[in-house]
Amino acid sequence: MNVNQPSERQKMTFWEKLYLPEIARGLGITFKMLIGPKMTIQYPEEKYHPGGYYRGRPVLVLDEDGERCVACGLCSRVCPPLAIEVRAGETDREKERYPVKFEINMLRCIFCGLCEEVCPEEAIVMSKDLEMVFENRESAILGKEKLLVPVAQLQDRLEYLRMHQYYEPPARAQDA
Amino acid sequence: MPTIYIDGKPIEAREGQSILEAALEHGIEIPHFCWHPAMSAPANCRICLVKVGMPRRKPDGSFETDENGNPVIQYMPKLQPSCRYPVSEGLHVLFQVPEVIESQHAVMEFLLINHPLDCPICDEAGECKLQEYAYFYSRGKSRFVEEKNHKPKHVIWGPNVIFDAERCISCSRCIRYADEILHDPVIDFVNRGDHVTIELFPGTQFDNPYSMNVIELCPVGALTSRDFRFKARVWEMSFTPSVCPGCARGCNMYVGVLHNQILRLQPRTNMYVNQYWMCDAGRLTQYPFVNENRIDKPLVCTENGTLTEVSWEEALDTFWNKLQSVDAKEIGIVVSGMLTNEDAFALRRFIREHIPAATVMLMTVEDPEFEDDFLRVRDRRPNTRGVQTILGDVLASLSVEEFRAKVESKQLKLVWVIGEDLEQVWGEEGRKIADGADTLIVAASNASPTTQVADLVLSLATYAEMEGTFTNIDGRVQHFIPALTTAERPYRWGMKVSRWDKMGAWNDRWSHGPRRHCRPLWQMLAATASIAGHSWNYRKAADVFADLAQTVEGFARMTYALLDERHGIPLGKVDEPEPPVFHYDSHRLKPESEEYRYVQVYDKAEQWW
Repeated sequence: MNVNQPSERQKMTFWEKLYLPEIARGLGITFKMLIGPKMTIQYPEEKYHPGGYYRGRPVLVLDEDGERCVACGLCSRVCPPLAIEVRAGETDREKERYPVKFEINMLRCIFCGLCEEVCPEEAIVMSKDLEMVFENRESAILGKEKLLVPVAQLQDRLEYLRMHQYYEPPARAQDA
Repeated sequence: MPTIYIDGKPIEAREGQSILEAALEHGIEIPHFCWHPAMSAPANCRICLVKVGMPRRKPDGSFETDENGNPVIQYMPKLQPSCRYPVSEGLHVLFQVPEVIESQHAVMEFLLINHPLDCPICDEAGECKLQEYAYFYSRGKSRFVEEKNHKPKHVIWGPNVIFDAERCISCSRCIRYADEILHDPVIDFVNRGDHVTIELFPGTQFDNPYSMNVIELCPVGALTSRDFRFKARVWEMSFTPSVCPGCARGCNMYVGVLHNQILRLQPRTNMYVNQYWMCDAGRLTQYPFVNENRIDKPLVCTENGTLTEVSWEEALDTFWNKLQSVDAKEIGIVVSGMLTNEDAFALRRFIREHIPAATVMLMTVEDPEFEDDFLRVRDRRPNTRGVQTILGDVLASLSVEEFRAKVESKQLKLVWVIGEDLEQVWGEEGRKIADGADTLIVAASNASPTTQVADLVLSLATYAEMEGTFTNIDGRVQHFIPALTTAERPYRWGMKVSRWDKMGAWNDRWSHGPRRHCRPLWQMLAATASIAGHSWNYRKAADVFADLAQTVEGFARMTYALLDERHGIPLGKVDEPEPPVFHYDSHRLKPESEEYRYVQVYDKAEQWW
């Protein structure tokens, strides 16, 4: 059907068509922000301390009795830009596998958090580390020694993850 | 030929088959754990239960019909195991019905009650039948909240197999394999109920030469390989269909590759050759030599006696000059059964065109201790039969001593060894030949005592780096495609490569797999012939094979596509196709890829190149 819809301009009232009251209202907000509390921080001098919600550099969780990772390779499989490489080895602990080599190429990482989401052992989490500077490509590939972080430093994020379970499998039709 | 009806679809079954077999042959996948076509059917996993019925008859023998004239089917009150139920004329099977699906869900829930959730550490994950069926035939949720059973983990059964009792679902495939196929019954069930487990008889070991087949038989990760343990996840690897070069049987196998290194070999079903099996020696000894101790580049002996790496152009120039420097009568060639049919044909053409008077000797490697009455044969080279057939009258019938005497009396001044280590195979005699020759040229893939004393070493591609065909001891010609890339041919189109190897960039550490400057023999000879002024016009292995099929009688009308389609063709039998047989694959990495599609893509890529 070829019907003329009234345009935005046609729908305006007289006062809106004048624009001036709206300009005054907008400037009002500007002046309110000018004297109100500031949102910005002076970054290099002042540090930003995000909460558990923040997805920074992915790290490996180090428990009291060693690393949690069992080198199952799911993070490596799910990683969209192929940033993670895992090679497994055998230990005498109850969980027989451990990562001999665990490398994250921070030049490839896109901080999507899928590795954390897929991990069956809650062993890789996104930390609050947001300052990453590398002088060359080689040093941007982080090995286990740089990735392992004691669990005490990651409590925020682990709690956040437990409260916000990403995915609950939908009930299949046959279950009903 | 009884006709059975599965969900109303008529199927022509064969007499004596079970419902499961008939269904599988017609592309209907009824789930099964314990059934395997090579062994008896104990019907103890219960996942293959189906509803079975026959048309009801009246007292006078005629079929009872309903108002529409269709026969009335009387179903059995309880579900029947389809792996054990023989087909008969007019049998009706219901598979996709709520009752059967409900029973599958129940069976899966029972199996998963005591199955540990350790898929992250289990080597089978990714190619596991239980994982696959948990996805397709279960509710996805367990109602079991109590603690699971604990049983011994990592029990060493033998030199190659490790057992995890917690993961076992008691299908008894391994027990029946040891009993019925190997006739070496060393394992059996002990205890009852949910405490049931499998144990070795006291004082025995599962050390049969074919023990590793239980790894592929086991539908779960209860039996895994000690050699492959935790080396890689299966979804990271690529599996290329190939042929085992370990002996003249030519068992079909998959080559598991990660980062351009072979990590494992496993059998591939070919009912005409190896059925479902492969020997442990083949799996364990036929890949380390591809990964290690390789000759990466052609080597030339300099004046101070050390071998230095040179480019291919330089090496082949040197090669041609050395062949020219002596009379053709003074050239002795030692040929190996490791060569493919294409290599042997190119060699034959090269000898006929350039050095017709050369003495050619076939080096055979026989090991009577290796032979048994199952798969392994005494001839330890994959293509002795093919090389004999193709080289034919070019070959001289000489003993090793006669050859050595000729070399020592300087009748043969230039010795050219292809694909073998003289000393390893011929011992003292081989060393004397290597020392006695004025000029020693070696084409080899691995460093050996012979390559150390050589004047020129040409780096040869192994079976994993080239396309070609082997002719096995029964004269069956089998095709294989490359699993690894080389520096000579770095492109991978059409080859099976894993996600990592495909996407990796130069600055990813994992993609730094070794790339070697090695060539198959036919490529070297074609390049040498062009130095000599002949253009052979061979651009890919298929060109050589096409020429071979036209020239040598036994190979007439064979093509790679035909070889793949018929799972290999016996020499001279192109026009008499064997009766088709069902090739069963128990479980493999899913999603399944059509392996032969790759061959065609690979072919196109070669043409483009």
